[in-house]
Amino acid sequence: MKLLTKYSLALLFLFFVGLSYVFDFAAGEQIGRNFWTFFSEMIVFLPLMFILIGLFDVWVPRERIEKHIGASSGWKGTALVILLAGLQAGPLYGAFPFAYILWKKGCNIRNVFIYLGAFATLKIPMITFEIGFLGLKFSLLRTLITLPVFILLGYLMEWHLKHTNFEVKHP
Amino acid sequence: MLFSIIAMAVSAIADWQKTREGLFRGLGMFVRLLPALLLVLVLVSVVLFLLPNEIIVKNLGEGSGVKGWIIAALIGSVAMIPGFIAYPLAGVLIKSGVAYGTIAVFITTLMMVGIVTLPIEAKFFGWKTSIIRNGLSWAAAIFIGFIMALIL
Repeated sequence: MKLLTKYSLALLFLFFVGLSYVFDFAAGEQIGRNFWTFFSEMIVFLPLMFILIGLFDVWVPRERIEKHIGASSGWKGTALVILLAGLQAGPLYGAFPFAYILWKKGCNIRNVFIYLGAFATLKIPMITFEIGFLGLKFSLLRTLITLPVFILLGYLMEWHLKHTNFEVKHP
Repeated sequence: MLFSIIAMAVSAIADWQKTREGLFRGLGMFVRLLPALLLVLVLVSVVLFLLPNEIIVKNLGEGSGVKGWIIAALIGSVAMIPGFIAYPLAGVLIKSGVAYGTIAVFITTLMMVGIVTLPIEAKFFGWKTSIIRNGLSWAAAIFIGFIMALIL
């Protein structure tokens, strides 16, 4: 029963799309197709991402993370999380669980948010794509301007959250 | 993707017990997130239907200066377009005469601000922190657009 309520909205949506197909309701069919595009992308990509997170969790000891990107780490720690984020792929919501693992292993607040910022805007596979469509000059400039901005954002978040009992929760 | 599979294989050879635990932990987290994920995907599908590419091109083409940035930032925050669609779209926008600064705002909000993904973000960071992060990112995007417009 609990399971049913959790998925009630998804079931309702499925029902709506199903009805749209039965009654040739074009808007509903289009929304259903959109959903399928995203869903098929997500269902392949995310479980593998979560498996990586799980493996990271069991293999990487807390001390190591804490030492490199934890409370007392300096700009090297920041560079490390940016590099880590740059090598990954996928939509931003895929980065939240990874941010949770980093936090759990002792990564500091600033680096958690710098990681999210870098994941959003500096993924290397995406930048090559950007250069292809918007040109090297645009991409390079955007990257160079964005980089200090989200490092600053990380500092702002840390400053704001430092004295609260902030934690990244396990969903 | 390939990397995940290789990592799994290497891990399994090195220590089967640990690998099993890692898989359970990772997939357990995935299963717990699944209802929120489905909700977000439903929202995204509806938003994408209400905001097709033609409407984005039309609205961004009309606004210029500060007004253009704000429109770009609003569309970019609500829409959740994957990069492999967003960049070609931005290429079209530039060809149709949209300013570089506006494009930068659009792309940055698209990537850093996610109103429809807030339910997922809040599960990890709490609502307040998520809203602050998105708000700050929104302001940062406008700022980035401003600097881009000054330079380009």
